[in-house]
Amino acid sequence: MEHQPIVAELKGITKRFPGIVANDNISFQLRKGEIHALLGENGAGKSTLMNILFGLYQPDEGHIEINGEPVVIDGAGKAIELRIGMVHQHFKLVKPFTVAENIILGNEPTKGIEVDIKSANVRVRELSDQYGLKVDPRFRIEDITVGMQQRVEILKTLYRGADILIFDEPSAVLTVQEIDELMEILRALAREGKSIIIITHKLKEIMALADTCTVIRRGKVVGSVNVKESSERQLAELMVGRSVNFQVNKEKSKPGKAILELSGLTVQGEHGKAVVEDVTFQIRAGEIFGIAGVDGNGQTQLVEAITGMRKANSGSIKVNGKELFGASVRNVTEAGVSHIPEDRHKHGLVLDFTVSENMVLNNYYKEPYSRTGILNYKAIDDNASKLAQQFDVRMSSIHTEARQLSGGNQQKAIIARELTRDPELIIAVQPTRGLDVGAIEFVHKQLVEARNAGKAVLLVSFELEELYGLSDRLAVIYEGRIMGQMEADEKNEEQIGLMMAGNVMGDAQRHTV
Amino acid sequence: MEAIGLLLNTTLVFSTALILVALGGIFSERSGVVNIGLEGLMIIGAFSAAVFTYFSSEWGFGGSSAAWFGVLMSIVLGAAFSLLHAVATITFKANQVIIGVVINILAFGLTIYLVKSLFDGSGQTENLSGIAFTKYNVPYLSEIPLLGDALFKTYPTTYLCYLLVFVSWYALYRTRFGLRLRSVGEHPGAADTVGISVIKYRYIGVILSGAFAGLGGATIALTTTYDFSHTTISGQGFIAIAAIIFGRWHPIGAAGAALFFGFAQALRFQADLFEWSQSIPNEFLYMLPYLLTLLLLAFAAGKSRAPSALGDPYDPGKR
Amino acid sequence: MQVLSKIFTKQSTYVPLVAIVLGLLVGAIVMWLGGYDPIVAYGAMLDKIFGSTYDFGEAIRQVTPLIFTGLAVAFAFRAGLFNIGVEGQFITGMTAATWIGINLNLPWFIHMPLAVIVGGIAGALWAGIAGWLKASRGVNEVISTIMLNWIAYYFANFMVRVVMVEPGQNRTKDIQGTASASIDWLVTLMDNARVHWGTVVAILCSFVFYYVLWKTRQGYELRASGFNPDAAHYAGMNVKGSIVKAMMFSGGLAGLGGAFESLGVFKSMAVMNALPGYGFDGIAVSLLGGNNPFGIIFGGILFGFLSYGSTGMSFEADVPNEIIRIVIGAVIFFVAIHGIVKWFLKPFFRKRREDKKEAA
Repeated sequence: MEHQPIVAELKGITKRFPGIVANDNISFQLRKGEIHALLGENGAGKSTLMNILFGLYQPDEGHIEINGEPVVIDGAGKAIELRIGMVHQHFKLVKPFTVAENIILGNEPTKGIEVDIKSANVRVRELSDQYGLKVDPRFRIEDITVGMQQRVEILKTLYRGADILIFDEPSAVLTVQEIDELMEILRALAREGKSIIIITHKLKEIMALADTCTVIRRGKVVGSVNVKESSERQLAELMVGRSVNFQVNKEKSKPGKAILELSGLTVQGEHGKAVVEDVTFQIRAGEIFGIAGVDGNGQTQLVEAITGMRKANSGSIKVNGKELFGASVRNVTEAGVSHIPEDRHKHGLVLDFTVSENMVLNNYYKEPYSRTGILNYKAIDDNASKLAQQFDVRMSSIHTEARQLSGGNQQKAIIARELTRDPELIIAVQPTRGLDVGAIEFVHKQLVEARNAGKAVLLVSFELEELYGLSDRLAVIYEGRIMGQMEADEKNEEQIGLMMAGNVMGDAQRHTV
Repeated sequence: MEAIGLLLNTTLVFSTALILVALGGIFSERSGVVNIGLEGLMIIGAFSAAVFTYFSSEWGFGGSSAAWFGVLMSIVLGAAFSLLHAVATITFKANQVIIGVVINILAFGLTIYLVKSLFDGSGQTENLSGIAFTKYNVPYLSEIPLLGDALFKTYPTTYLCYLLVFVSWYALYRTRFGLRLRSVGEHPGAADTVGISVIKYRYIGVILSGAFAGLGGATIALTTTYDFSHTTISGQGFIAIAAIIFGRWHPIGAAGAALFFGFAQALRFQADLFEWSQSIPNEFLYMLPYLLTLLLLAFAAGKSRAPSALGDPYDPGKR
Repeated sequence: MQVLSKIFTKQSTYVPLVAIVLGLLVGAIVMWLGGYDPIVAYGAMLDKIFGSTYDFGEAIRQVTPLIFTGLAVAFAFRAGLFNIGVEGQFITGMTAATWIGINLNLPWFIHMPLAVIVGGIAGALWAGIAGWLKASRGVNEVISTIMLNWIAYYFANFMVRVVMVEPGQNRTKDIQGTASASIDWLVTLMDNARVHWGTVVAILCSFVFYYVLWKTRQGYELRASGFNPDAAHYAGMNVKGSIVKAMMFSGGLAGLGGAFESLGVFKSMAVMNALPGYGFDGIAVSLLGGNNPFGIIFGGILFGFLSYGSTGMSFEADVPNEIIRIVIGAVIFFVAIHGIVKWFLKPFFRKRREDKKEAA
């Protein structure tokens, strides 16, 4: 790659947000036809840097050169003019519009004063044939799959003649096969001479796909390596800044009696289609049971059904032998279920409440926090002080608004609240999402300790590494159905990958659990 | 037969303002800006039309030119007043509903204040009979039985309204402008990342709503009340909002809904035409559009047709 | 009290103060452009308010419904709801109380309280419709309450014109003396200014408002549901129930305001030509008071005094009293776009940045 010309260069980029330096004197080079990975932890500053290259943010210091020419990119329009395209993690698609309308938006062919939708359809078809990106230009975005939507996003950049393509966490929402297809597409684009930047924190993808990898830590570049001469472990250490132990230390589980028993649980979605179908499994005291699967395969609905947040249609949910089908959230909580929710801002915390108020979010109505309908702020504050100390939640005061805390401390506050309610069953959904490595290790340790103390833990995660590391047993969910259950072991990886893509567990590999 | 023709004719006259204002509201809401201030913008329009028609006639504008001048000024001033909404909600990201309420309060206060200042303390403008619009019969078409009476013997503003329904539909669904405006209201982040200025299109949407609402207000002053006072506009702006929702943010749907509401108004205006309608207290006819809207909202399916980004200020930092 | 101190710091204090000054300035400019002398006009306004005990009593009378409607708007707001329908709830409460006042014959110690309570309940139920529509049918409360305002308005007019009418008049019969909420000795003392118990109840309501929202379990639930309904649902709270309760509490406050306006001030109800605007003024008062119950008392006093004083402006300085609607509109405008106020204040408050944890 070294002999290829540099198509984009960022020099000494610094970008500050109130209170933090997101990019600190970053320099970055992209060569023609290469796939360049940008690796870093959440909040390291990868997305900020790419948003600067795409003109969505302006750098406070430093400058950008495209094909050797210094440029000022003051908006997406300018970036497009410079043949830079970006595929965002959250797709920028107008749902009620058709595929073709989305692709031409901002750059519409016209006939007189009308948008020429016919020639747009033709052009989109040509492009999709040329790059092997199969989509029908006349379909509405709301009617096509996530994988197809991503192809529309790629077509949008190609339609505008992009030579530099930025992908922000492109595999986060895809199934295993879709990821394979995406990799093929990216390789094909690179062969055509497009230069590709891919933002990711998935080491395996980088090893399989990228030529070069630039690692960012806390806003600074800590290294740029040739992927072929590197290893996963080396990249991980660069990313985190110290040697990383992927393995979570834990003893073999000593499971007790069944705590959660699901049988035939079925939940219908908004359109009457089952989003959770006939799910049956058991979790015993003292074990961590993982649910693997690509995002959007019914995990959210399954957890909401168990916790009472969503109505299930049929089946049985038993906690400690007590039937909780149709029970309210409050009943479920009182039956000894704790829930560390997927989205801590949406569900886990009331951001405008103080930390102290948040620490009693689901037992505020109980003694000593309330008596005869009146709140006892002293008891509420004492509880918060105690938990904050025990779980090392850092903040200026327990009367600080939860909004002011860092992501890691917010998650610690939730975990403190949920683990100290003396639950029988702990449901943890993506408990480490968006956290840095230190916080991840803390969360993992807490979950394992809870399991060692005899709690049953249901762990839902999209990160296989995390599932292997923490779970005692695993189930794979695909389109709302459980494809199989097995020991959590990396030896089963291939099998798990197949099941995540919809293959039912083969008889030959069936483990008795 | 004649009674029905007359009733339909009155329906159209009453609907004209509602349709125009609803069209304006659609442009604003399709761009993502809620406009509760349509009522106030209509007040500005009705006031401008009444005042400028009167004074331009004093200055020597003959025939219908005085009324047309009044219409022009109502459009200009309606658009100008809506800028207040645009600056506050788009540039300063103020709460759109609160600003809409402010527009209503300010428009009412300002116009009555000005009327009293201009007309020596009287709370209403001079009567415009003789200089306001008169009905115009379209040659041949007005001869058609029933339809002729209903559609083609009416005010020039009503003919203009027919045209604008079509133009609005065409602009929203066939042109580049429409595609972009709708994209800004559905997913401003998507529009921004392909180089479309969210701010610009939202300003255009809001200003169009002011221009249309101004025009709508003018038609009331120049074809129905023949003056402007504090009761000239009383709730039509809110009925127009109801028509937008009823018509699912579509120009033709909203026009249909506005026609229906106009019919309810015409019915009480012509209440003595039918024996059965005389027995209903007026108030119940007046409240019909509001009641229907409420029932529709509560019990009709498919209420998710509102533009997705409606009501949210666009914050590029949070894309 | 910690919550109180929080509310009275930061923007919420200086923004309204600056907005009031700017609003009065806008009014002055409009008057000056119209050829009036703003200083004479504002002077006449102050004269009118503080000129006599009668006027002062009447100014307080003007303030009272605004505290009720301001509290009503703010309570809903605290629970995450925008109750534009305070107007309609006020009218409903007024109509119901008037009906009780006219049609029942009871001893005064039952009649007046009953009429007031029925007024409050009527307002609560009227708001409850919007709450129910939102909770069970997902109907946006802004739209539904706008519609309910007009329905209430026409229904009230029907009740006045047809059901409770004083023959030959454009208003209802007078309420019975036993239903009057006037404070008779004070009325005499203030030269027949129409002072009534509503003022006392309004101030009591501010305390109840504070206590319910910040000291009770129910208030905790309402605030949680208001700030973040998803988290409240997650925490096992009945969010839909909270919506209905918050709307009813809010509408109840509005209904009380309406009841006192009839029982304490007019002793009858007239046919309305347009929406009377108490509810919309309530939005202004609530915004100005920072949605805080005690701030609202001050907001109510300000707006009530301005409105009452404006009659003096038209009488003595010949300024159309609608000028005060312009001032009020401008004040809310400036409160709503605190961005502009901050911009005005930039030279005074350097580096008063909000730390946002938004980055990367």
